[in-house]
Amino acid sequence: MLWIPAGLALALVVLPVAGLLVRTDYARLPALLTSSASLNALRLSLVTAGASTVACVLLGVPLAVVLARATGRGVRVLRAVVLLPLVLPPVVGGLALLFLFGSNGFLGRLLAEVADVRITFTTAAVVLAQTFVAMPFLVVSLEGALRGAGDRYEQVAATLGARPWTVFRRVTLPLLLPALGSGAVLSFARALGEFGATITFAGSLEGVTRTLPLEVYNQAEADVDSAVALALLLIVVAVVVIAVARPKAVEGRT
Amino acid sequence: MKKVLALALAAVLTASACGTSSGEGERTLRVFAAASLTEVFGALEQRFEDDHPGVDVQLNLAGSSRLAQQINEGAPADVFAAADEASMGIVRQTGALTGDPMIFAYNRMTIAVQPGNPKNINYFTDLQRPDLTVVVCAPQVPCGAATQKLQQNTGVVLNPVSEEQDVKAVLNKVAMGEADAGMVYHSDVVSAAGKVEGIEFARSSGAINRYPIAVLAETGQPDLAGAFRDLVFSETGKAELRKAGFGTR
Repeated sequence: MLWIPAGLALALVVLPVAGLLVRTDYARLPALLTSSASLNALRLSLVTAGASTVACVLLGVPLAVVLARATGRGVRVLRAVVLLPLVLPPVVGGLALLFLFGSNGFLGRLLAEVADVRITFTTAAVVLAQTFVAMPFLVVSLEGALRGAGDRYEQVAATLGARPWTVFRRVTLPLLLPALGSGAVLSFARALGEFGATITFAGSLEGVTRTLPLEVYNQAEADVDSAVALALLLIVVAVVVIAVARPKAVEGRT
Repeated sequence: MKKVLALALAAVLTASACGTSSGEGERTLRVFAAASLTEVFGALEQRFEDDHPGVDVQLNLAGSSRLAQQINEGAPADVFAAADEASMGIVRQTGALTGDPMIFAYNRMTIAVQPGNPKNINYFTDLQRPDLTVVVCAPQVPCGAATQKLQQNTGVVLNPVSEEQDVKAVLNKVAMGEADAGMVYHSDVVSAAGKVEGIEFARSSGAINRYPIAVLAETGQPDLAGAFRDLVFSETGKAELRKAGFGTR
């Protein structure tokens, strides 16, 4: 009985992509994909999505542990706040970042005064925007896994004399690896597809801030075939990343 | 913005009022117009509906090249008003127009700066100064094409920090203080109502956008579509266009 709704769900995902495949101009595909604008966008996308995934892991793992282990009413509020980027429209997220890091923003002014650094319109702004929208995916996957596992092993390790840092390194982290893997893949995928926050906060300039989704939008303005070809490239990259990393992470075979 | 909202509200109210009173006499005129025409065509919509009881004008406002794509993909339209001739050309080459497109307005490029011009920008060549953060439109959209043409004409080489997808995004980057200067249309500075200041420069005459309008062959109501086009060319239409910062013939 399940196969009817399951089939519908699959169709909803597959059919639009199939539509894209049908509309692709395969004769021009190689030329469209190897243009310098496309290659620049692809390289920038991989570099920034990779960097923001690393940032998500470095910052998100401690946050997830704190959220899962802490008790008290404040934690609930905190958890809701962490999930905000999931429900905020990305453009609003971009505006929020602009109000903080922009030339009239609090941190933006501070950075300009103290270090003479401007964040907006730089590749760093792209990474920041992607990290902002992708972080919740990592935190949610990790926190769920942590709560499911409980802290019995950590308690035991602590009673056997392990220091907190050793417990985190030798017990907590290895237990987390499968969830960390799938969380990181989700974050990477979200960062790769990021559009609204990036174009609002970082702008759009080839080689600096124009990632693949922004290049798709840019090309769609003038040449739909080119936009479709680039969209296809984005899909292939995303499918490869998810197919290679995700099953392993989910099945715990990391 | 308030004005647009009020107009939209008025349009909805009149549409629903007509729906209840006249019923089957209701006719809809679909007008596809460039985003820069938002204010002007909003006012003309109101005027046209007042003059033609039972007619509901629906405006579809977006970037010209995107509108052209929509029409070519089969979106139902009666009238198309574009911000440049290239976008009109995209529709024209498929044979979807009745007659030739006619130019009804002109828009020149201007430099948008923050109010009071704190960075003292006075000429197009000033935009080459390394201390300035400059934002332009991507060459794929009309305002970006015009900016490129200006650079070719003057030999000025801009080093923008961002190439935005539409002219309003450029305007916002300047209005929010993220960019020191942006290349926009004169009409955008007028519609920004004090949030930015426009710096006119002599060489801007080298890249004037001409706005063409045409009736589509697919229209089932050439009389109404023609009447709307006539309104754009009328003294009322010209007055609205000039008020919004456009040039007219």
